[in-house]
Amino acid sequence: MSKVEFNKETGPREVFCGLTSIVWLHRRMPDAFFLVVGSRTCAHLIQSAAGVMIFAEPRFGTAILEEKDLAGLADAHSELDRVVNDLIARRPEIKTLFLVGSCPSEVIKLDLATVAEKLNKRFLGQVRFVNYSGSGIETTFTQGEDGALKALIPLMDSSNEEKLLLVGTLANNVEDRFKKIFKNLGISNIESFPPRQSTELPKIGKNTKVLLTQPYLSDTVRDLKHRGCEIISAPFPLGIEGSTKWFLAAAEAFKISELKVHEIISPLINRAKLALESHKEILKGKRLFLLPESQLEVSLARFLHNECEMDLIEVGTPYLNKDLMKEEINLLPDNTKIVEGQHVEKQLDRVRESNPDLVVCGMGLANPLEAEGISTKWSIEMVFSPIHGIDQAADLAGLFSKPLKRNQILTSKTLVTH
Amino acid sequence: MELTLWTYEGPPHVGAMRIASSMKDIHYVLHAPQGDTYADLLFTMIERRGQRPPVTYTTFQARDLGGDTAELVKKNIKEAVERFRPKTLLVGESCTAELIQDQPGALAKGMGFDMPIVNLELPAYSKKENWGASETFYQLTRTLLKDKVSSSDKINPLRWKELGRRPKVNILGPSLLGFRCRDDVIEIQRILSEQGIDTNVVAPLGASPDDIERLIDAEINICLYKEIAETSCEWLSRNFGMEYTDTVPIGIKNTIEFVNEVHKKLDLPLTNHKELENKSKLPWYSKSVDSNYLTGKRVFIFGDGTHAIAAAKIAKEELGFEVVGLGTYSREMARHVRATAKALNVEALITNNYLEVEDAMRKAAPELVLGTQMERHSAKRLGIPCSVISTPMHVQDVPARYSPQMGWEGANVIFDDWVHPLMMGLEEHLIDMFKHDFEFVDGHQSHLGHTATNTKDFLKSDEKKENNIKEGIIWTESGRAELTKVPFFVRGKVKTNTEKYAILKGIPEISDETLYDAKAYFS
Repeated sequence: MSKVEFNKETGPREVFCGLTSIVWLHRRMPDAFFLVVGSRTCAHLIQSAAGVMIFAEPRFGTAILEEKDLAGLADAHSELDRVVNDLIARRPEIKTLFLVGSCPSEVIKLDLATVAEKLNKRFLGQVRFVNYSGSGIETTFTQGEDGALKALIPLMDSSNEEKLLLVGTLANNVEDRFKKIFKNLGISNIESFPPRQSTELPKIGKNTKVLLTQPYLSDTVRDLKHRGCEIISAPFPLGIEGSTKWFLAAAEAFKISELKVHEIISPLINRAKLALESHKEILKGKRLFLLPESQLEVSLARFLHNECEMDLIEVGTPYLNKDLMKEEINLLPDNTKIVEGQHVEKQLDRVRESNPDLVVCGMGLANPLEAEGISTKWSIEMVFSPIHGIDQAADLAGLFSKPLKRNQILTSKTLVTH
Repeated sequence: MELTLWTYEGPPHVGAMRIASSMKDIHYVLHAPQGDTYADLLFTMIERRGQRPPVTYTTFQARDLGGDTAELVKKNIKEAVERFRPKTLLVGESCTAELIQDQPGALAKGMGFDMPIVNLELPAYSKKENWGASETFYQLTRTLLKDKVSSSDKINPLRWKELGRRPKVNILGPSLLGFRCRDDVIEIQRILSEQGIDTNVVAPLGASPDDIERLIDAEINICLYKEIAETSCEWLSRNFGMEYTDTVPIGIKNTIEFVNEVHKKLDLPLTNHKELENKSKLPWYSKSVDSNYLTGKRVFIFGDGTHAIAAAKIAKEELGFEVVGLGTYSREMARHVRATAKALNVEALITNNYLEVEDAMRKAAPELVLGTQMERHSAKRLGIPCSVISTPMHVQDVPARYSPQMGWEGANVIFDDWVHPLMMGLEEHLIDMFKHDFEFVDGHQSHLGHTATNTKDFLKSDEKKENNIKEGIIWTESGRAELTKVPFFVRGKVKTNTEKYAILKGIPEISDETLYDAKAYFS
């Protein structure tokens, strides 16, 4: 392991809660509905993060707790029942309904598992109910996906068939690319979790080899292990290096030769390097500060340093699973400063002191930092854009080079108009 | 329990944040879990603010609940006070903290600070954003002025005459995330100043706690947005005898009435009606012959109380429309909206459910919708022109240009904003009428370009073009399949680039790989 400096910090944070992951999960599974059981704040959070207005009717909503629901839990349960009945009558195409716990529902100890169990009996054969918590007292941002996936595992049938299981939401086109490359490598039985249809859950068992596409799935990984799955240890498929090692790790698990992997992916690597060049020119030698949000920060830092030659000032992450991130941490340069958790004020003090060229941060902080003259990239874009794989390495770099390039354009005088 | 897919208003503590963020030298310690920090982006992204809202979130976690969350509150209050040194501290809780009952306001008061502390109790499970903003502004005003109540005589609105100066007024209600407040304030101040009236304090927008303490230096209050300021105006009236205005100066008639109301209260000579009317182009534009086609246009109105009521009056009396629907999501303003609806002979729609609004819109079959950003989307689906008149705020509602809703310029803005979509509607009609003429075969895209039929047509023609063979280059199945995965708005460019690349490299067949080769080549 490289000599990485680990720090922990606590204090006021500036991070989304796990409910936010509904924004990409509902797009991944168009036959599922996400019903948050929470407050007006939860509803407002999701609509503010998701641009809900473009939908005629979104496939997520909030059962807003009112005063009378707080008075007695029995009433709250029957009220939730009523809301679910109305919802299913209105949206008969829904196949899976996620009951998503929130901060208030956790605090009043609303038992969503029991509610889900009862509803499962009533709607047997029509709609499946699963529950998980996206509450901000337990989860940040991407951990919501971890909870949702973990909740689906008990519904997955067992099978001892050998297969490669890609775990973590990917953009559909990226997923297609990965599957094609794995097929070319000679791995033919590949499935994804979450699947594109909530009802088409992959079967799992002792010959399932799990390859993670996202770094924030600690609980899901633990439960997949319990079901006998083998977890392939690899860095994450961000950038050329991460993706290459990721493919190599999968190939090794399937006893495919390294030579074969290189044969298939070398042309991809060559063109990706070509595409990366123009971004690297902008990013090289620039100093980067990552604030915690998506848990992708460590992988991003590795990519931006190793492949784009940026200097790392500080790598913030809301949560660090050293075991899952082992391969990533090994690839970081010596003396990288990782800070787990946050004290947003102290961290911003460090941002200002260190005078970075680029800060990766949440939307609440981006414009205020820009106003102070510090260039920023909002981290939420990482979870909405197709950034995984060798073919997307340049696009990923582009997310970071764009704000710097834009600054260059806006501060230069190139056009004489008089 | 209420199923909500989308809500017009946020929770009440977001209203409190609007007040805190609007002001100077104030800090708000909010007992809340980390997810609640999303609210910052409303200010930094929608309003494009260059400063963070002055809010510290205590960020309690599940593991803190068994322990001492009260200690966590105190630690955050202490740190926030030391770091930000506010002149007044607001302390409150969001929905989850309300359940654990730490009473952060009381804790703060026991910590021995010199500054005034406002304890905000905003019931999250029964109230909403505008109520929270109103209550916060009221509690703040009350806290900062309550010691002056007994010592003050009732304020005589005519005292400016004895004091030998111009009359002074306060403008109350404008806040961040309020519809066009930034520009309304400028417009109203300009109008007042033309009439020889000085502005004492504008609050909460831009005010400091010191300014709140100076409110009683003015003769009367201008209650610009009842949703935010009426409770405070009422309290100032009760305790200091300060009169406040009732007319909201949106539209020509209301602006003139507003000027007259202020003049009467201050005993200033009334200005000539005609002279006032000439300050805006709306009356003449509305009278000019090409506005004849506006007569009897069916209009559906939905928004916050202030803007919906004003819109109804302008629509009916200043533009000659027929109001076929009127509603609001502000329960606090329901009574006023019902009264206006009754006078217009329509039934008021009071709801927080946008699907109900869309339904009512469909049934009313209007030719123009005046609503919130949500009604803009609903209207778009129904193919009806729409203009946005009210919060909730969207980045489009914070235009770079001066664009008030109030006063003379506000009336000009309203004329343009409401009539242009209708003219587009007329254009639409002409396109439809002439679409079979050969001149109209190509290129005349509808401004409503996103309606279902148009999108389908676009995809169809796109597909047709894709099958074409250009300079001997063939798109293979994998290439074509990959191309369909590219978002439609850049598909054309990707296609052209890939073909350009294929020609350049002498590749006869375009596969999915070629697409990626080309992408890398041109990046």
